[in-house]
Amino acid sequence: MSRLRAQDLDLAYGGRAVVRGLSVDVPDFQVTVIVGANACGKSTLLRGLSRLLAPQAGRVLLDGRAIDAMRTRDVARTLGLLPQSPTAPEGLTVGDLVGRGRSPHQRWFAQWSESDEQAVVEALRRTGTEELAGRPVDELSGGQRQRVWIAMTLAQGTDLLLLDEPTTFLDLAHQVEVLDLVADLNARDGRTVVMVLHDLNQACRYADHLIAMRDGGVHAQGRPEEVITEQLVREVFGLEARVLPDPVTGTPMVLPLSTRQRRPQPPGLTG
Amino acid sequence: MSSPVRAGPVHGAVRPGGGSLVLRRGAVSVVVRPRALAVGLVLLVLLLLTAAVSLSVGDFPVPLRELVQVLRGAGTGGQEFVVLDVRLPRVLCGLLVGAALGLAGALTQAVARNPLASPDVLGVTAGASAAAVAVIVLGAPLGVGLPVAALAGGLATAAVVFLLAARGGVAGVRLVLVGIGVTAVLQAVISYLLLRADVSQAGAALVWLTGSLSGRGWTQVLIAGVAVGGLLPPALLLTRPVAVLQFGDDTARGLGVRTARLRGAVVLLAVALAALASAAAGPIAFVALAAPQVALRLARTPGLPLTLSALVGALLVAVSDLLARRLLAPTDLPVGVVTAVLGAPFLLWLLARASGGGR
Repeated sequence: MSRLRAQDLDLAYGGRAVVRGLSVDVPDFQVTVIVGANACGKSTLLRGLSRLLAPQAGRVLLDGRAIDAMRTRDVARTLGLLPQSPTAPEGLTVGDLVGRGRSPHQRWFAQWSESDEQAVVEALRRTGTEELAGRPVDELSGGQRQRVWIAMTLAQGTDLLLLDEPTTFLDLAHQVEVLDLVADLNARDGRTVVMVLHDLNQACRYADHLIAMRDGGVHAQGRPEEVITEQLVREVFGLEARVLPDPVTGTPMVLPLSTRQRRPQPPGLTG
Repeated sequence: MSSPVRAGPVHGAVRPGGGSLVLRRGAVSVVVRPRALAVGLVLLVLLLLTAAVSLSVGDFPVPLRELVQVLRGAGTGGQEFVVLDVRLPRVLCGLLVGAALGLAGALTQAVARNPLASPDVLGVTAGASAAAVAVIVLGAPLGVGLPVAALAGGLATAAVVFLLAARGGVAGVRLVLVGIGVTAVLQAVISYLLLRADVSQAGAALVWLTGSLSGRGWTQVLIAGVAVGGLLPPALLLTRPVAVLQFGDDTARGLGVRTARLRGAVVLLAVALAALASAAAGPIAFVALAAPQVALRLARTPGLPLTLSALVGALLVAVSDLLARRLLAPTDLPVGVVTAVLGAPFLLWLLARASGGGR
């Protein structure tokens, strides 16, 4: 059973078809990672799944109902979304930003309930950003900022989390920090996560379920061990590579081959 | 879930706005920002003071202590005429027009996510100006009054801009470019009309084009009153979704805001407010642009404060008109001259302070 499913989905930008006839079931309580070459439609699929983009044909089902027919507020109470490189108004504090995550639960007569407060405290705690609560968002480092945005999505209190390239513009240490946090949200809180990632090795490490896309369709999906093969990397990315077990986690590790395998050694420096 | 030791300090810090107070009774909860509330009260007091001084001073001064009597209908005949028939409509008109412009500016800037946006971009004021100048120079067709013509011109121009830009959505660069194009065409029309007008018509048109409260009566008070009384309440109901809209469309939709519908409603409100304000007093410069930014910096709210923007706009116009009347008395300057002279440096100072001081 999947709470979030796409059936025969066609998605387009300004008349240009990007995703065609795609069907996918997002497995509950798992981390699903979407990978693929640039312009293969992976971010577009995430936008379709989160209702940011209305389908040309087919439909997205959330808890068995067509997501387009649902009230925007009801969708926002079930499915949390972190867009690619989100922006906050200048000078906004972390506490205010994370508090905005509660807006689908608030009304003009119920502006800050006790459950709003609990959810925000918990979201700050889970992301380790309590100490930042009074700071303006635009003063934070990239890694802190991304954790704060994830905290806002967490405060929304949804079982489903959709993250569009949450590691973009972060250095390696902060990438790992954010991905560990996401894994933890799934493992400890049982949240279903769907995210788009660029790095195949990170995708293999953190995905329970991997969707490899090519030309607007699903090329292969399943556990990373089943999906990532040298043949798939060739077909999906047009790249010759070796696939070896990751020495740390045992998951597949993709090592690209290059026609120029190493820099020519300057004479006299051999050995 | 969090340990009690930890809950203490965090508890207060996550309240919206840090220093905000939360009032709760059962399922009802309200967030009060003491700073915004204090700023609002101070603005109200200043508005009352400015209004009282405006009613009192002039070529025929009415002492402040006699003002209450006159307002209650117990003054001399001359006092009642000057205060109730001449000065009161002008003062009320200024307050209402300023409030409408401040609110229109805040709504436009929130939707455009740009502190330099104002309803002028949508062609509203250019349309109102062209229609008004046409009435002044060519005479009123079918006996249509100046305010009605200006209102119709403003709304019609905004409609044309929307129709021409429809494919790009109401927030797009396309809308701004179409607005600039249509404004340029209308400026040409205004220039043409001014060139073929005689000197006295051209003078009257120029005063109108600067924005003036001189000689405004109860008709204009009614127009501006309709703007504020009719459009402020729906705008206030949209305060919370508008605050979320300032995060950008994707995030706002993820948080359950119907962005396209909300944008349309907010832009419509801003256009109607600006058109009604222009109809009552002409295109008073800078108020819609400066008032929201001044209010934001005074109150330090997380989004543009709508009510406070209206109050700042009202105060800006009221003080400017007082100066316009008295600065070169007995010459009555158009209020638009003073708002531009006052507003521009103030905003520049605020911007310089914000970027130089590192916030």
